[in-house]
Amino acid sequence: MLSIKNLHATVADKPIIKGLTLDVPAGEVHAIMGPNGAGKSTLSYVLTGRAGYEVTDGTATLDGEDLLSLDPNERAARGVFLSFQYPLEIPGVPALTFIRAALNAQRKARGEPEVGAPAFLKLARETAASLKIDFDMLKRSLNVGFSGGEKKRMEIFQMAMLSPRFLILDETDSGLDIDALKIVAAGVNAMRSPDRAMLVITHYQRLLDYIKPDRVHVLSAGRIVASGGPELAHELEREGYDKYGKAA
Amino acid sequence: MSLSTALRTGDLAELPSRRDEDWRWTDLRGLIRKIPPAYVYEGTGLAPEIMVEGQAGQIDFYRSPFNANRTVRVSNGMVAGLGLKEPGPLVFDRHDPVIALDVTNAGGGFSVHNRLTVRVPHGLSAVLLESHAGNGDHVVSFDLDIDLEEGASLERIVLVSDHAEAIVVRQSSVTLAATASYAQTVLTTGARRQRLETRIAHPGAQASVRLDGAYLLEAQRHADLTTVVTHGGVDGTTAQLTKGVVRDQARGVFQGRIVVERGADRTDARMRHQALILSEKAEIDAKPELLIFADDVQCAHGNTVGALDEDAIFYAMQRGLPSDRARAMLTAAFVGEVIDRIEHEGARAVALAWAQQQLGEL
Repeated sequence: MLSIKNLHATVADKPIIKGLTLDVPAGEVHAIMGPNGAGKSTLSYVLTGRAGYEVTDGTATLDGEDLLSLDPNERAARGVFLSFQYPLEIPGVPALTFIRAALNAQRKARGEPEVGAPAFLKLARETAASLKIDFDMLKRSLNVGFSGGEKKRMEIFQMAMLSPRFLILDETDSGLDIDALKIVAAGVNAMRSPDRAMLVITHYQRLLDYIKPDRVHVLSAGRIVASGGPELAHELEREGYDKYGKAA
Repeated sequence: MSLSTALRTGDLAELPSRRDEDWRWTDLRGLIRKIPPAYVYEGTGLAPEIMVEGQAGQIDFYRSPFNANRTVRVSNGMVAGLGLKEPGPLVFDRHDPVIALDVTNAGGGFSVHNRLTVRVPHGLSAVLLESHAGNGDHVVSFDLDIDLEEGASLERIVLVSDHAEAIVVRQSSVTLAATASYAQTVLTTGARRQRLETRIAHPGAQASVRLDGAYLLEAQRHADLTTVVTHGGVDGTTAQLTKGVVRDQARGVFQGRIVVERGADRTDARMRHQALILSEKAEIDAKPELLIFADDVQCAHGNTVGALDEDAIFYAMQRGLPSDRARAMLTAAFVGEVIDRIEHEGARAVALAWAQQQLGEL
C-alpha cells in the first residue's frame, strides 16, 4: 500500500526528515511514535503535499503510484486522508456543504458520478449518529467555535464520509477526554479493512490501547530508529524516548 | 465642493481632489479634464414606455434583478413618468411598502445629475430595492435623501453595476427620527472611479442603524465606500460591516466614520471592515474612525486586510477540493457574511447570485 523509501524533506531549508523508509501494507495499522520535534507532523504534511514542505530526496508511493508529484487534492482523490492535529476553521461554510463539495470533487477526479443530496444526507445522518455528533452541528460553519474534542470528532466524521484508503491520524487523541477518545477510536476501528491502511501518529501510548497497531515505529531526528510489535509502545511508555536520542 | 456642483456650474474647480482629506483616495479633479455635456433627452434612444412609472419597459442593456409592484425608473437622469430630474418625494405606500428604484445610464460622453427624496411614513416598515447600471463612459452624480419618520423602518439594498469607464458619485443622506431603524447593504463592482457615500443623522432615541457593504473589484476598477454616522442623542445603535475583495490592479477604499456627539450617551456603535487582496497589484485603502465626545458609550472598530488563509486552503485541498474551488469557496464564504445579514429574502437571493457570478468571474 504505502511505501516510503529514503525520504528526505526540509522545512524552510532545514532538514527535518532525513532518510525515512517505511512500508505500510494494506490491512495494517502502523503507529509512529516519537519525541516532540522528531518530524512526526512533518511526515504527515509531506505525505499530503503541504506547501513549504519540500522533498529533497526519496520516494513515496501509494499502490505503486508516486504521491509526491501530485497536488494535495489529487492525493486526496486517490484516497489519502489526514486527520489534522489542529483542524482549521472554515468560517461561512457549513460543515455539510464543505464535506459534500469535497466528496464530489474527489468523485469527479476519479470519474465517478456525484452523490446527490438525499443520499449524502442519509449517509451523513447515520455517520453522525455513530460518532455521537449532533446533526445540527453539521449545519454550522465547519469547526468554527467547536471545542478541541469536537474538532477531532469532525475529522473522524469527515474521514468516514470520504471513505479514504490510506488514513493518517496526527495526534488524534490530543484534546480528547476518555469518553470522546473511545468514540473516536470506535469510529477509526470501524474503518479498518483488508484494503485500507493507517498511519497513527502519536506521542503517547494511550491512543494505542484503543486503536491497536500491527506495528510500532519510533521516529527520532527524522528517521525510523526502531520498529516492533505493539509491545514497543508499552516499552516507550515505561522508559521514554531517551534511549533513542533527543530530536535534532 | 462636489461633483454635482461641478456638473451644474461646469466649473472644474468644484471637483473634489486629493487635497481634500475625505477625497484623497478618490481624486476627481485629476481625472476629469472637461465636464461632459449634460444629457439631453431628444425623444430618441429610449423607448417611450420607460418613461412611465410602474410599467415593464426596460433598457436593453440591463434588467434589474429586483421585482416590486411599484418600480421607479430613472434613465439617463430622467425620472420615468415625470420627465423631471428632481421630482417631489417618493413616499412609501402603507399597503405595499416596497419600491424598486431602477437607475440606468445608457451610452457615454455625457453627464447626468439626479436628486431624489424618499420618505418612510410614521411606523411603516418598508423596503427599497435599488439598482444602478450603466454601459458607457458617462459621469454620473446621484443624490438620494432618505427620511424615516418616527418608528419607521427601511431596509435598503443597493446593487451597483457601473461600466468600467464610468465616473460616478452617489451620495445618500439619511435622517432618522426617534425609534426608527435603517438597514443598508451596498453591493458594487466599482467603476473607473466610483464613490458610494452614505451620511446618516442618527438621533439616538432607540433608533438603530445597520450599515453594510461589499465591493468585489477586478481589472482597474475603483470603488470607494464612505460612510459617516453622527450620533446626536442618547441610546442609539449602529452596526457596520463592510467586506471587500480586490484583484488585478483594482483599488478598494473604505472610509468609515462614526461620530458620537457630546451627550449622546449609551451609544452602541460597532464598525468592521475586512478585505481580501487576491493579487499583488491590487490595493486597499482603509480609514476607520471613531470620534467620541460622549462619556458613556460602547464603540469599537476593526479593520483587517490580507490574503486568503493558505492553511485553510491546504485543509480544503487535503479533503479533495482543487485549489481554485477551495479559493472560490473561501472567498464566497468571506463575502457571505454581509449577504446573510440582508433580511429581505428576495434581495438576499439576488445578492447571493450576484456574489457567485462576480466571484466566478474574479
